[in-house]
Amino acid sequence: MKAAATFNYRVVRQFTIMTIVWGIVGMGVGVLIAAQLLWPELNFDTPWFSYGRLRPLHTNAVIFAFGGSALFATSYYCVQRTCQVRLFADRLAAFTFWGWQLVIVLAAVTLPMGYTTGKEYAELEWPIDILITLVWVAYAVVFFGTIAKRKTPHIYVANWFFGGFILAVALLHIVNSCEIPVELFKSYSCYPGVQDAMVQWWYGHNAVGFFLTAGFLGMMYYFVPKQAGRPVYSYRLSVVHFWALIFTYMWAGPHHLHYTALPDWTQSLGMVFSLILLAPSWGGMINGVMTLSGAWEKLRDDPILKFLITSLSFYGMSTFEGPMMAIKTVNALSHYTDWTVGHVHSGALGWVAMISIGSMYYLVPRMFGKTEMYSTGLINLHFWVATIGVVLYIAAMWIAGVMQGLMWRALNEDGTLTYTFVESVKATYPFYAIRLTGGAMFFCGMLIMAYNTIKTVAGQRAYDAPIPTAVAAH
Amino acid sequence: MEILYLLIPLSVVLALLIAVALWWAVRRDQFDDLDAAGARILLDDDRPQAGVRPQDHSSSKSAAR
Repeated sequence: MKAAATFNYRVVRQFTIMTIVWGIVGMGVGVLIAAQLLWPELNFDTPWFSYGRLRPLHTNAVIFAFGGSALFATSYYCVQRTCQVRLFADRLAAFTFWGWQLVIVLAAVTLPMGYTTGKEYAELEWPIDILITLVWVAYAVVFFGTIAKRKTPHIYVANWFFGGFILAVALLHIVNSCEIPVELFKSYSCYPGVQDAMVQWWYGHNAVGFFLTAGFLGMMYYFVPKQAGRPVYSYRLSVVHFWALIFTYMWAGPHHLHYTALPDWTQSLGMVFSLILLAPSWGGMINGVMTLSGAWEKLRDDPILKFLITSLSFYGMSTFEGPMMAIKTVNALSHYTDWTVGHVHSGALGWVAMISIGSMYYLVPRMFGKTEMYSTGLINLHFWVATIGVVLYIAAMWIAGVMQGLMWRALNEDGTLTYTFVESVKATYPFYAIRLTGGAMFFCGMLIMAYNTIKTVAGQRAYDAPIPTAVAAH
Repeated sequence: MEILYLLIPLSVVLALLIAVALWWAVRRDQFDDLDAAGARILLDDDRPQAGVRPQDHSSSKSAAR
Protein backbone atom coordinates (compact mmCIF):
# COMPACT_ATOMS: atom_id res chain seq x y z
CA MET A 1 0.00 0.00 0.00
CA LYS A 2 1.84 3.03 -1.27
CA ALA A 3 -0.58 5.57 0.16
CA ALA A 4 -0.15 4.36 3.71
CA ALA A 5 3.63 4.82 3.62
CA THR A 6 3.49 8.62 3.45
CA PHE A 7 2.05 11.35 5.60
CA ASN A 8 -1.05 13.11 4.33
CA TYR A 9 0.67 16.33 3.24
CA ARG A 10 -1.96 17.02 0.60
CA VAL A 11 -4.53 18.51 2.97
CA VAL A 12 -1.80 20.39 4.88
CA ARG A 13 -0.54 21.82 1.58
CA GLN A 14 -4.02 22.92 0.53
CA PHE A 15 -4.70 24.68 3.82
CA THR A 16 -1.20 26.24 3.80
CA ILE A 17 -1.74 27.85 0.40
CA MET A 18 -5.25 28.98 1.29
CA THR A 19 -3.97 30.55 4.52
CA ILE A 20 -1.89 32.93 2.43
CA VAL A 21 -4.70 33.56 -0.07
CA TRP A 22 -7.31 34.29 2.63
CA GLY A 23 -4.79 36.36 4.55
CA ILE A 24 -4.48 38.66 1.54
CA VAL A 25 -8.26 38.77 0.99
CA GLY A 26 -9.17 39.34 4.63
CA MET A 27 -6.51 41.95 5.30
CA GLY A 28 -7.28 43.61 1.96
CA VAL A 29 -10.90 44.08 3.06
CA GLY A 30 -9.57 45.41 6.36
CA VAL A 31 -7.49 48.02 4.55
CA LEU A 32 -10.53 48.99 2.46
CA ILE A 33 -12.78 49.57 5.47
CA ALA A 34 -9.99 51.41 7.31
CA ALA A 35 -9.84 53.69 4.26
CA GLN A 36 -13.63 54.08 4.34
CA LEU A 37 -13.34 55.62 7.80
CA LEU A 38 -11.21 58.33 6.21
CA TRP A 39 -13.02 58.54 2.88
CA PRO A 40 -16.59 57.32 3.31
CA GLU A 41 -17.25 57.67 -0.42
CA LEU A 42 -15.20 54.47 -0.87
CA ASN A 43 -18.44 52.55 -0.35
CA PHE A 44 -19.28 53.77 -3.89
CA ASP A 45 -22.83 54.46 -2.71
CA THR A 46 -23.69 50.78 -2.85
CA PRO A 47 -25.07 48.75 0.05
CA TRP A 48 -22.69 45.89 -0.77
CA PHE A 49 -19.57 47.94 -0.11
CA SER A 50 -20.90 49.70 2.97
CA TYR A 51 -18.83 49.56 6.15
CA GLY A 52 -21.52 47.73 8.12
CA ARG A 53 -21.51 44.80 5.70
CA LEU A 54 -17.80 44.65 4.94
CA ARG A 55 -16.68 44.80 8.57
CA PRO A 56 -18.10 41.33 9.41
CA LEU A 57 -16.66 40.10 6.12
CA HIS A 58 -13.24 41.35 7.24
CA THR A 59 -13.47 39.75 10.70
CA ASN A 60 -14.79 36.44 9.36
CA ALA A 61 -12.15 36.35 6.63
CA VAL A 62 -9.18 37.01 8.89
CA ILE A 63 -10.35 34.91 11.86
CA PHE A 64 -12.02 31.93 10.24
CA ALA A 65 -10.59 31.90 6.71
CA PHE A 66 -6.99 32.99 7.35
CA GLY A 67 -6.67 31.90 11.01
CA GLY A 68 -8.86 28.84 10.52
CA SER A 69 -6.90 27.59 7.51
CA ALA A 70 -3.64 28.14 9.40
CA LEU A 71 -4.99 26.11 12.32
CA PHE A 72 -6.16 23.27 10.08
CA ALA A 73 -2.79 23.18 8.28
CA THR A 74 -0.63 23.27 11.39
CA SER A 75 -2.76 20.93 13.51
CA TYR A 76 -2.86 18.33 10.72
CA TYR A 77 0.90 18.64 10.27
CA CYS A 78 1.76 18.60 13.96
CA VAL A 79 -0.52 15.69 14.84
CA GLN A 80 0.91 13.55 12.03
CA ARG A 81 4.55 14.32 12.76
CA THR A 82 4.31 13.97 16.53
CA CYS A 83 2.17 10.81 16.38
CA GLN A 84 4.23 9.37 13.50
CA VAL A 85 1.14 8.19 11.65
CA ARG A 86 -0.78 9.24 8.56
CA LEU A 87 -3.88 11.35 9.18
CA PHE A 88 -6.97 9.32 10.05
CA ALA A 89 -9.59 9.12 7.25
CA ASP A 90 -8.18 10.86 4.17
CA ARG A 91 -11.57 11.49 2.62
CA LEU A 92 -12.92 13.10 5.77
CA ALA A 93 -9.81 15.29 5.88
CA ALA A 94 -10.46 16.31 2.27
CA PHE A 95 -14.06 17.08 3.26
CA THR A 96 -12.83 19.43 6.00
CA PHE A 97 -10.80 21.32 3.40
CA TRP A 98 -13.50 21.69 0.77
CA GLY A 99 -16.25 22.16 3.35
CA TRP A 100 -14.33 24.93 5.08
CA GLN A 101 -13.59 26.68 1.77
CA LEU A 102 -17.30 26.49 0.93
CA VAL A 103 -18.16 28.09 4.29
CA ILE A 104 -15.75 30.93 3.50
CA VAL A 105 -17.10 31.49 0.01
CA LEU A 106 -20.69 31.48 1.32
CA ALA A 107 -19.66 34.04 3.94
CA ALA A 108 -18.06 36.20 1.26
CA VAL A 109 -21.31 36.13 -0.72
CA THR A 110 -23.96 36.40 2.00
CA LEU A 111 -22.37 39.04 4.26
CA PRO A 112 -22.08 41.79 1.59
CA MET A 113 -25.67 40.92 0.55
CA GLY A 114 -26.72 41.83 4.07
CA TYR A 115 -27.60 38.40 5.44
CA THR A 116 -26.52 38.37 9.05
CA THR A 117 -27.64 37.10 12.44
CA GLY A 118 -26.22 40.28 13.97
CA LYS A 119 -24.10 38.28 16.44
CA GLU A 120 -20.50 39.43 16.39
CA TYR A 121 -18.07 36.77 15.06
CA ALA A 122 -21.11 34.50 14.52
CA GLU A 123 -22.84 36.51 11.79
CA LEU A 124 -23.35 33.65 9.35
CA GLU A 125 -26.94 32.54 8.85
CA TRP A 126 -28.31 29.17 9.88
CA PRO A 127 -27.66 27.04 6.74
CA ILE A 128 -23.99 28.01 6.91
CA ASP A 129 -23.96 27.35 10.66
CA ILE A 130 -25.07 23.78 9.96
CA LEU A 131 -22.30 23.34 7.38
CA ILE A 132 -19.76 24.68 9.91
CA THR A 133 -20.99 22.11 12.44
CA LEU A 134 -20.56 19.25 9.95
CA VAL A 135 -17.06 20.35 8.97
CA TRP A 136 -16.07 20.79 12.60
CA VAL A 137 -17.31 17.34 13.62
CA ALA A 138 -15.32 15.88 10.71
CA TYR A 139 -12.28 17.85 11.89
CA ALA A 140 -12.63 16.41 15.40
CA VAL A 141 -12.96 12.86 14.01
CA VAL A 142 -9.86 13.26 11.83
CA PHE A 143 -7.80 14.85 14.60
CA PHE A 144 -8.74 12.55 17.46
CA GLY A 145 -8.73 9.54 15.15
CA THR A 146 -5.11 10.32 14.38
CA ILE A 147 -4.29 10.69 18.09
CA ALA A 148 -6.00 7.35 18.74
CA LYS A 149 -3.87 5.47 16.21
CA ARG A 150 -0.59 7.19 17.18
CA LYS A 151 2.63 5.15 17.28
CA THR A 152 4.22 7.26 20.02
CA PRO A 153 3.00 6.64 23.57
CA HIS A 154 3.15 10.30 24.62
CA ILE A 155 0.71 12.90 23.29
CA TYR A 156 2.79 16.00 22.64
CA VAL A 157 1.53 19.13 24.43
CA ALA A 158 0.74 20.97 21.18
CA ASN A 159 -1.84 18.28 20.42
CA TRP A 160 -3.54 18.94 23.75
CA PHE A 161 -3.89 22.59 22.80
CA PHE A 162 -5.23 21.73 19.34
CA GLY A 163 -7.60 19.13 20.79
CA GLY A 164 -8.90 21.51 23.45
CA PHE A 165 -9.46 24.16 20.80
CA ILE A 166 -11.40 21.78 18.54
CA LEU A 167 -13.73 20.53 21.30
CA ALA A 168 -14.34 23.95 22.85
CA VAL A 169 -15.12 25.60 19.51
CA ALA A 170 -17.62 22.82 18.71
CA LEU A 171 -19.45 23.43 22.00
CA LEU A 172 -19.36 27.23 21.66
CA HIS A 173 -20.60 27.20 18.09
CA ILE A 174 -23.50 24.87 18.80
CA VAL A 175 -24.74 26.71 21.91
CA ASN A 176 -24.36 30.21 20.48
CA SER A 177 -25.79 29.40 17.05
CA CYS A 178 -28.98 27.94 18.50
CA GLU A 179 -31.50 29.82 16.36
CA ILE A 180 -34.99 29.54 14.91
CA PRO A 181 -35.06 29.77 11.09
CA VAL A 182 -37.90 31.77 9.58
CA GLU A 183 -36.75 31.57 5.97
CA LEU A 184 -33.72 30.38 4.01
CA PHE A 185 -31.42 33.20 5.11
CA LYS A 186 -33.16 34.60 8.15
CA SER A 187 -33.25 33.25 11.66
CA TYR A 188 -33.77 34.54 15.19
CA SER A 189 -31.69 33.62 18.21
CA CYS A 190 -33.21 31.16 20.69
CA TYR A 191 -32.30 33.49 23.54
CA PRO A 192 -34.03 36.79 24.31
CA GLY A 193 -32.49 40.14 25.28
CA VAL A 194 -29.69 40.20 27.79
CA GLN A 195 -29.71 36.39 27.87
CA ASP A 196 -28.68 36.50 24.23
CA ALA A 197 -25.96 39.03 25.03
CA MET A 198 -24.59 36.77 27.76
CA VAL A 199 -24.53 33.72 25.49
CA GLN A 200 -23.03 35.82 22.71
CA TRP A 201 -20.11 37.00 24.85
CA TRP A 202 -19.67 33.66 26.55
CA TYR A 203 -19.16 32.53 22.95
CA GLY A 204 -17.28 35.64 21.81
CA HIS A 205 -14.70 35.63 24.55
CA ASN A 206 -14.15 31.90 24.34
CA ALA A 207 -13.77 32.20 20.59
CA VAL A 208 -10.84 34.46 21.45
CA GLY A 209 -9.71 32.06 24.18
CA PHE A 210 -9.92 28.82 22.28
CA PHE A 211 -9.91 29.67 18.58
CA LEU A 212 -7.44 32.57 18.68
CA THR A 213 -5.41 31.49 21.71
CA ALA A 214 -5.40 27.77 22.50
CA GLY A 215 -5.18 26.76 18.84
CA PHE A 216 -2.35 29.16 18.11
CA LEU A 217 -0.56 28.13 21.30
CA GLY A 218 -0.58 24.61 19.88
CA MET A 219 1.11 26.08 16.82
CA MET A 220 3.61 27.87 19.06
CA TYR A 221 4.50 24.76 21.08
CA TYR A 222 5.31 22.83 17.92
CA PHE A 223 6.86 25.37 15.55
CA VAL A 224 8.96 27.43 17.98
CA PRO A 225 10.93 24.39 19.23
CA LYS A 226 11.19 22.93 15.71
CA GLN A 227 12.40 26.15 14.13
CA ALA A 228 14.79 26.86 17.01
CA GLY A 229 16.05 23.26 17.02
CA ARG A 230 15.65 23.21 20.79
CA PRO A 231 13.04 21.68 23.09
CA VAL A 232 10.59 24.07 24.71
CA TYR A 233 12.13 25.84 27.73
CA SER A 234 10.09 23.92 30.28
CA TYR A 235 7.87 21.10 29.12
CA ARG A 236 6.51 20.90 32.66
CA LEU A 237 5.38 24.52 32.45
CA SER A 238 3.75 23.92 29.08
CA VAL A 239 1.59 21.17 30.61
CA VAL A 240 0.62 23.43 33.53
CA HIS A 241 -0.05 26.22 31.01
CA PHE A 242 -2.52 24.06 29.14
CA TRP A 243 -4.56 22.87 32.12
CA ALA A 244 -4.58 26.27 33.84
CA LEU A 245 -5.64 28.05 30.65
CA ILE A 246 -8.55 25.81 29.78
CA PHE A 247 -9.86 25.66 33.36
CA THR A 248 -10.07 29.46 33.65
CA TYR A 249 -10.93 30.78 30.20
CA MET A 250 -14.59 29.72 30.14
CA TRP A 251 -15.57 32.26 32.85
CA ALA A 252 -14.20 35.51 31.52
CA GLY A 253 -16.91 36.41 28.95
CA PRO A 254 -18.98 38.87 31.06
CA HIS A 255 -16.18 41.48 30.89
CA HIS A 256 -17.56 42.31 27.44
CA LEU A 257 -20.79 43.44 29.12
CA HIS A 258 -19.60 45.75 31.91
CA TYR A 259 -22.17 48.37 32.92
CA THR A 260 -24.97 46.73 30.95
CA ALA A 261 -28.21 45.02 32.04
CA LEU A 262 -26.13 42.00 33.05
CA PRO A 263 -26.25 41.47 36.87
CA ASP A 264 -23.42 43.23 38.67
CA TRP A 265 -22.04 40.10 40.32
CA THR A 266 -21.75 38.37 36.92
CA GLN A 267 -19.72 41.32 35.64
CA SER A 268 -17.45 41.21 38.68
CA LEU A 269 -16.99 37.45 38.37
CA GLY A 270 -15.99 37.88 34.73
CA MET A 271 -13.54 40.58 35.71
CA VAL A 272 -11.91 38.43 38.41
CA PHE A 273 -11.48 35.47 36.07
CA SER A 274 -10.04 37.77 33.41
CA LEU A 275 -7.41 38.94 35.89
CA ILE A 276 -6.59 35.34 36.88
CA LEU A 277 -5.98 34.57 33.19
CA LEU A 278 -2.91 36.77 33.25
CA ALA A 279 -0.97 34.05 35.10
CA PRO A 280 -1.27 31.12 32.65
CA SER A 281 -0.95 33.47 29.68
CA TRP A 282 2.32 34.93 30.86
CA GLY A 283 3.60 31.52 31.94
CA GLY A 284 3.13 30.33 28.37
CA MET A 285 4.59 33.45 26.84
CA ILE A 286 7.74 33.25 28.98
CA ASN A 287 8.00 29.53 28.26
CA GLY A 288 7.94 30.14 24.51
CA VAL A 289 10.39 33.03 24.51
CA MET A 290 12.80 31.32 26.92
CA THR A 291 13.04 28.38 24.52
CA LEU A 292 15.73 30.52 22.89
CA SER A 293 17.54 30.97 26.22
CA GLY A 294 21.22 30.42 25.57
CA ALA A 295 20.72 30.59 21.82
CA TRP A 296 19.55 34.16 21.34
CA GLU A 297 21.97 34.59 18.41
CA LYS A 298 19.59 32.47 16.33
CA LEU A 299 17.26 35.48 16.28
CA ARG A 300 19.87 37.51 14.41
CA ASP A 301 19.74 35.69 11.13
CA ASP A 302 16.58 33.59 11.21
CA PRO A 303 13.63 35.81 10.25
CA ILE A 304 11.19 32.90 10.75
CA LEU A 305 12.23 32.76 14.40
CA LYS A 306 11.87 36.54 14.53
CA PHE A 307 8.24 36.16 13.49
CA LEU A 308 7.61 33.43 16.06
CA ILE A 309 9.30 35.18 18.99
CA THR A 310 7.86 38.61 18.15
CA SER A 311 4.41 37.04 18.03
CA LEU A 312 5.00 35.81 21.58
CA SER A 313 5.89 39.29 22.77
CA PHE A 314 2.64 40.59 21.27
CA TYR A 315 0.84 37.69 22.97
CA GLY A 316 2.36 38.81 26.27
CA MET A 317 1.40 42.42 25.61
CA SER A 318 -2.18 41.75 24.69
CA THR A 319 -2.75 39.21 27.47
CA PHE A 320 -1.58 41.91 29.91
CA GLU A 321 -3.68 44.60 28.27
CA GLY A 322 -6.80 42.37 28.15
CA PRO A 323 -7.09 41.74 31.91
CA MET A 324 -6.38 45.44 32.55
CA MET A 325 -9.21 46.43 30.19
CA ALA A 326 -11.47 43.90 31.95
CA ILE A 327 -11.17 45.88 35.21
CA LYS A 328 -14.44 47.74 35.48
CA THR A 329 -12.99 51.18 36.16
CA VAL A 330 -10.57 50.89 33.20
CA ASN A 331 -13.35 49.50 31.06
CA ALA A 332 -15.48 52.56 31.86
CA LEU A 333 -12.91 54.54 29.89
CA SER A 334 -11.92 52.03 27.20
CA HIS A 335 -15.21 50.40 26.23
CA TYR A 336 -16.74 51.41 22.87
CA THR A 337 -13.56 53.33 21.95
CA ASP A 338 -10.88 52.50 19.40
CA TRP A 339 -8.69 51.27 22.25
CA THR A 340 -10.62 48.00 21.98
CA VAL A 341 -9.89 47.92 18.26
CA GLY A 342 -6.20 48.47 19.00
CA HIS A 343 -6.20 45.70 21.61
CA VAL A 344 -7.84 43.26 19.21
CA HIS A 345 -5.30 44.02 16.50
CA SER A 346 -2.32 43.73 18.80
CA GLY A 347 -3.62 40.21 19.42
CA ALA A 348 -4.81 39.48 15.89
CA LEU A 349 -1.94 40.97 13.87
CA GLY A 350 0.85 40.77 16.43
CA TRP A 351 0.11 37.36 17.89
CA VAL A 352 -2.22 35.33 15.65
CA ALA A 353 -1.05 36.53 12.24
CA MET A 354 2.65 36.57 13.08
CA ILE A 355 2.73 33.09 14.62
CA SER A 356 0.78 31.83 11.58
CA ILE A 357 3.09 33.57 9.13
CA GLY A 358 6.15 32.10 10.85
CA SER A 359 4.58 28.63 10.78
CA MET A 360 3.61 28.99 7.12
CA TYR A 361 7.20 29.91 6.22
CA TYR A 362 8.18 26.69 7.97
CA LEU A 363 5.57 24.62 6.15
CA VAL A 364 5.62 25.98 2.56
CA PRO A 365 9.06 24.60 1.57
CA ARG A 366 8.39 21.27 3.30
CA MET A 367 5.14 20.85 1.41
CA PHE A 368 6.99 21.11 -1.89
CA GLY A 369 10.15 19.11 -1.20
CA LYS A 370 12.43 22.06 -0.51
CA THR A 371 14.50 22.90 2.54
CA GLU A 372 13.88 26.63 2.61
CA MET A 373 11.95 29.50 1.12
CA TYR A 374 13.06 31.11 -2.15
CA SER A 375 14.38 34.22 -0.38
CA THR A 376 15.33 34.63 3.27
CA GLY A 377 15.88 38.34 2.62
CA LEU A 378 12.23 38.72 1.61
CA ILE A 379 11.10 36.99 4.82
CA ASN A 380 13.21 39.50 6.72
CA LEU A 381 11.67 42.35 4.75
CA HIS A 382 8.21 40.94 5.46
CA PHE A 383 9.06 40.78 9.14
CA TRP A 384 10.07 44.44 9.39
CA VAL A 385 7.22 45.76 7.24
CA ALA A 386 4.72 43.76 9.32
CA THR A 387 6.22 44.71 12.69
CA ILE A 388 6.34 48.43 11.93
CA GLY A 389 2.80 48.16 10.54
CA VAL A 390 1.45 46.58 13.75
CA VAL A 391 3.20 49.11 15.97
CA LEU A 392 1.82 52.05 13.96
CA TYR A 393 -1.63 50.48 14.03
CA ILE A 394 -1.89 49.80 17.75
CA ALA A 395 -0.16 53.01 18.87
CA ALA A 396 -2.61 55.05 16.78
CA MET A 397 -5.58 53.19 18.22
CA TRP A 398 -4.35 53.50 21.80
CA ILE A 399 -4.06 57.26 21.52
CA ALA A 400 -7.36 57.55 19.63
CA GLY A 401 -9.15 55.32 22.15
CA VAL A 402 -7.98 57.09 25.29
CA MET A 403 -8.71 60.43 23.65
CA GLN A 404 -12.25 59.34 22.72
CA GLY A 405 -12.88 57.96 26.21
CA LEU A 406 -11.75 61.20 27.84
CA MET A 407 -13.72 63.39 25.41
CA TRP A 408 -16.93 61.39 25.91
CA ARG A 409 -16.82 61.66 29.69
CA ALA A 410 -15.69 65.30 29.89
CA LEU A 411 -18.31 67.44 31.65
CA ASN A 412 -18.78 71.19 31.95
CA GLU A 413 -19.33 72.72 35.35
CA ASP A 414 -23.08 72.76 34.82
CA GLY A 415 -23.05 69.00 34.13
CA THR A 416 -23.50 69.18 30.35
CA LEU A 417 -21.17 67.33 27.99
CA THR A 418 -18.08 69.28 26.90
CA TYR A 419 -17.87 67.63 23.49
CA THR A 420 -20.42 66.45 20.98
CA PHE A 421 -19.84 62.94 19.62
CA VAL A 422 -18.93 64.24 16.20
CA GLU A 423 -16.13 66.33 17.69
CA SER A 424 -14.50 63.13 18.95
CA VAL A 425 -14.88 61.60 15.48
CA LYS A 426 -13.20 64.62 13.94
CA ALA A 427 -10.35 64.46 16.46
CA THR A 428 -9.80 60.78 15.56
CA TYR A 429 -9.19 61.49 11.86
CA PRO A 430 -5.36 61.73 11.98
CA PHE A 431 -5.21 58.48 13.91
CA TYR A 432 -7.40 56.75 11.33
CA ALA A 433 -4.81 57.81 8.74
CA ILE A 434 -1.96 56.33 10.81
CA ARG A 435 -3.99 53.17 11.36
CA LEU A 436 -4.61 52.86 7.61
CA THR A 437 -0.87 53.23 6.98
CA GLY A 438 -0.04 50.52 9.53
CA GLY A 439 -2.69 48.17 8.20
CA ALA A 440 -1.60 48.75 4.61
CA MET A 441 1.97 47.92 5.58
CA PHE A 442 0.89 44.65 7.17
CA PHE A 443 -1.11 43.88 4.02
CA CYS A 444 1.94 44.62 1.83
CA GLY A 445 3.88 42.14 3.95
CA MET A 446 1.35 39.47 2.94
CA LEU A 447 1.93 40.34 -0.73
CA ILE A 448 5.69 39.90 -0.21
CA MET A 449 4.93 36.52 1.36
CA ALA A 450 2.75 35.53 -1.59
CA TYR A 451 5.53 36.45 -4.05
CA ASN A 452 8.10 34.51 -2.03
CA THR A 453 5.75 31.52 -1.88
CA ILE A 454 5.08 31.57 -5.63
CA LYS A 455 8.83 31.69 -6.31
CA THR A 456 9.41 28.82 -3.85
CA VAL A 457 6.66 26.64 -5.22
CA ALA A 458 6.94 27.37 -8.96
CA GLY A 459 8.07 24.31 -10.88
CA GLN A 460 8.12 22.19 -7.76
CA ARG A 461 6.23 18.95 -7.38
CA ALA A 462 3.92 18.43 -4.44
CA TYR A 463 5.85 16.42 -1.87
CA ASP A 464 4.52 13.81 0.53
CA ALA A 465 7.05 12.80 3.14
CA PRO A 466 7.49 9.10 3.93
CA ILE A 467 6.63 7.98 7.44
CA PRO A 468 9.84 7.03 9.26
CA THR A 469 9.84 3.28 9.82
CA ALA A 470 11.08 3.29 13.40
CA VAL A 471 10.70 6.08 15.87
CA ALA A 472 14.08 6.95 17.27
CA ALA A 473 14.23 5.75 20.84
CA HIS A 474 15.30 8.23 23.43
CA MET B 1 -30.86 35.99 33.90
CA GLU B 2 -32.22 32.46 33.65
CA ILE B 3 -29.51 31.89 31.05
CA LEU B 4 -27.00 31.51 33.89
CA TYR B 5 -28.84 28.31 34.84
CA LEU B 6 -27.68 26.98 31.49
CA LEU B 7 -24.25 28.56 31.15
CA ILE B 8 -22.94 27.93 34.67
CA PRO B 9 -23.87 24.20 34.73
CA LEU B 10 -22.51 23.91 31.20
CA SER B 11 -19.20 25.40 32.28
CA VAL B 12 -19.12 23.23 35.41
CA VAL B 13 -19.77 20.10 33.34
CA LEU B 14 -17.02 21.21 30.99
CA ALA B 15 -14.63 21.72 33.89
CA LEU B 16 -15.49 18.21 35.11
CA LEU B 17 -14.81 16.78 31.66
CA ILE B 18 -11.48 18.59 31.60
CA ALA B 19 -10.73 17.13 35.04
CA VAL B 20 -11.53 13.65 33.71
CA ALA B 21 -9.19 14.23 30.75
CA LEU B 22 -6.46 15.33 33.15
CA TRP B 23 -7.06 12.28 35.36
CA TRP B 24 -6.93 10.03 32.28
CA ALA B 25 -3.67 11.58 31.12
CA VAL B 26 -2.05 11.21 34.53
CA ARG B 27 -3.20 7.60 34.83
CA ARG B 28 -1.84 6.84 31.35
CA ASP B 29 1.62 8.05 32.42
CA GLN B 30 1.48 10.97 30.00
CA PHE B 31 3.47 13.18 32.35
CA ASP B 32 6.03 10.72 33.68
CA ASP B 33 9.07 11.81 31.70
CA LEU B 34 8.51 15.41 30.74
CA ASP B 35 12.04 16.28 29.71
CA ALA B 36 12.24 13.52 27.15
CA ALA B 37 8.74 14.32 25.92
CA GLY B 38 9.77 17.87 25.06
CA ALA B 39 12.93 16.81 23.28
CA ARG B 40 11.43 13.95 21.29
CA ILE B 41 9.80 16.13 18.61
CA LEU B 42 13.29 17.25 17.60
CA LEU B 43 14.30 13.68 16.77
CA ASP B 44 11.72 13.66 14.01
CA ASP B 45 13.57 14.96 10.97
CA ASP B 46 10.90 16.55 8.79
CA ARG B 47 13.22 18.11 6.23
CA PRO B 48 12.44 16.86 2.75
CA GLN B 49 15.63 15.03 1.67
CA ALA B 50 15.88 11.53 2.99
CA GLY B 51 19.20 10.37 4.34
CA VAL B 52 20.40 13.78 5.51
CA ARG B 53 21.20 13.97 9.18
CA PRO B 54 19.10 16.40 11.16
CA GLN B 55 21.02 19.39 12.47
CA ASP B 56 23.22 18.68 15.42
CA HIS B 57 20.73 17.44 17.99
CA SER B 58 23.38 16.21 20.40
CA SER B 59 24.48 19.75 21.18
CA SER B 60 20.95 21.13 21.45
CA LYS B 61 19.95 18.31 23.75
CA SER B 62 22.81 18.86 26.14
CA ALA B 63 22.05 22.57 26.23
CA ALA B 64 18.40 21.91 26.93
CA ARG B 65 18.52 21.80 30.68
